[in-house]
Amino acid sequence: MEKFTTLDAIAAPLLRINVDTDAIIPSREMKRVSKLGLSEGLFAGWRYTAPGSREENPDFILNQPPFRDAKILLSGQNFGCGSSREHAVWALAEWGIRCIIAPSFGAIFQGNCVRNGILPVVFDETLVDSLASQVRADPANNLIKVDLVRRIVTAPDGQEHGFEISDGDREMLLEGLDAIALTLRHKQEIQAFRDADRGRRPWVYLD
Amino acid sequence: MGRSIIEKIWDQHVVRQQPDGSVLLWIDRVFLHERTGSIALKGLEAAGRAVTHPEQVFCTMDHIVDTLPGRGDETRMPGGREFITTTRAAAKAAGIRLFDLGSEQQGIVHVVSPEQGIALPGLTLVCPDSHTCTIGGLGALAWGIGSTEAEHAMATKTLVVRRPKLMRVHFKGKLRDGVYAKDMILHLINRYGAGGGAGHALEFTGEAVRQLPVEARLTLCNMAVEFGAWTGIVAPDELTFEYVRGRPFTPSGELWDAALAHWKTLASDDDARYDSEIEVDCSQLVPQVTWGTSPQHGTGIDGHVPDPSAETDANRRQSMERALEYMGLEPGRALAGLPVGAAFIGSCTNSRISDLREAARVLKGRKVADGVRAICVPGSTQVKKAAEAEGLDRVFTESGFEWRESGCSMCFYAGGESFGLEQRVVTSTNRNFENRQGPRTRSHLASPATVAASAVAGHITDVRTLEQADGER
Ligand code: SF4
Repeated sequence: MEKFTTLDAIAAPLLRINVDTDAIIPSREMKRVSKLGLSEGLFAGWRYTAPGSREENPDFILNQPPFRDAKILLSGQNFGCGSSREHAVWALAEWGIRCIIAPSFGAIFQGNCVRNGILPVVFDETLVDSLASQVRADPANNLIKVDLVRRIVTAPDGQEHGFEISDGDREMLLEGLDAIALTLRHKQEIQAFRDADRGRRPWVYLD
Repeated sequence: MGRSIIEKIWDQHVVRQQPDGSVLLWIDRVFLHERTGSIALKGLEAAGRAVTHPEQVFCTMDHIVDTLPGRGDETRMPGGREFITTTRAAAKAAGIRLFDLGSEQQGIVHVVSPEQGIALPGLTLVCPDSHTCTIGGLGALAWGIGSTEAEHAMATKTLVVRRPKLMRVHFKGKLRDGVYAKDMILHLINRYGAGGGAGHALEFTGEAVRQLPVEARLTLCNMAVEFGAWTGIVAPDELTFEYVRGRPFTPSGELWDAALAHWKTLASDDDARYDSEIEVDCSQLVPQVTWGTSPQHGTGIDGHVPDPSAETDANRRQSMERALEYMGLEPGRALAGLPVGAAFIGSCTNSRISDLREAARVLKGRKVADGVRAICVPGSTQVKKAAEAEGLDRVFTESGFEWRESGCSMCFYAGGESFGLEQRVVTSTNRNFENRQGPRTRSHLASPATVAASAVAGHITDVRTLEQADGER
């Protein structure tokens, strides 16, 4: 997994609420049993003029020049709600998004982000709106700085805003670690739990 | 201090408390399907990792497979065959049980796991599918995860999770005739928003919940995720124990006795504490239907399309305006009487035998209106067989419904079958998102009874008036 430490990037305001994972990547764009090749289908329903077509809709923000290079998304509450498809995160990551700032996230989506090197930042709506209007004034120069080491986002106006993230998630992103390898450090504890639990709840075990 | 059912199950599954406040939680069952499970199995294989306890892992074919009679590995969905054959090969290599095409146990994952006794009260169960919360209806702690987390659960038997906040949703009063669990949950989401349960695990309590049969409790919990919640749960009771008894993977003999004794300790203590509580009165509840593109865009069947200009919050207003444009609706329009071109009964929300019985009760002796395409897709092969044994299939087909093989079918669009551009569908599913059931398809969520009544009327209809008209006939 790609490490995440700091980022200084263009941010695209996509200020809709309840952006669901079907919108992030429509089912019809998940054509293969693969985590790759999904960025083309990112936001396909909004990005292209017709279903199945690849003709860009010029009104969609990620088709507009400065935002084509955005690495940060600003969005409304409940971003990534809906289907658990991790393809939504794989598509965003492949397209180039490394950080999403929103008032709240779909729970499964938020977990998927961290496991794929995307930092989800929760800020209240007023702050997200303010970041969006600062960015809009001059998107190519009004970059947003994200510092995961210090847990701080710096707005184009220079103001710093702290955000929260658990130590575990932060470590995973900073080090680009694989969660399975981390957990397997505790293999013995897991085995001991199983042995004890089997005595307590024998009906659960099917072997 | 007392504990709630969620805390009890949680505490019993903690393998390890981690320094950052998360825990390693023991996972009793993993269920996969060919759409996201295939990727998880392939991911494990690519990383050179094994499924540590394959006997606790199950897999079904539901999302991609066709539901037309005589189906095989070829699908209407482009590239679908690859999902099916990859899943089959990967399941075999990993040594996990697969309910393949043609198996008696095949069906929608969240219908199959309670039906087969794979899900039981007090278990932790995960699946790379957001509607895994359905299983909370049995009193299990069950939630949807991503594919990478599914790899984690299979490789380590655990997941890294943080304790959710607890919300008690208390449904008091009794439901009136024609009003169902689906209406309860749609009403809740409408009233508190699609993010109303964010960050929380919900416990559904109250008289209206206790009176729900187990299958209806599954419906209620199914849409916890549409409320933004991590999961939902209903504490198990005698109804649950009766439901679980004697199923293929349910324990028997002495193990049953031990399990039952344990399950009886799971209900929340009277002095359990919750981070927040909501109370909903069900005694006045009417059938619900959605008008927009989020499950929160709902109203009673006697309601009207709201006026976005009355909404003060700018984001909400924009979302409403977009929804109305997408749905082709004007503010102020009555929902009842809105013409529909299609009706769909199916999905993990409402495709169990009790759902089909309710719909068939409405359809018996009636015909689907001209020009309405009506489809019924049983949630599992078992449900289909049971319905056929009762003659429900004939009620459906004689009324003009298509009768299908089980699967997710047109609950979601994956490039194969769809209802068509701007087609208006009244549907027993759980998501009315843009393009969910097909490009520009307009979905109105409702209970199976409301769907059946609307199919007959040719427009969105209050099932109670249809039945009243009957009485007067
Ligand atoms: S029936 Fe629909 S909601 Fe349920 S698992 Fe299948 S696609 Fe998902």
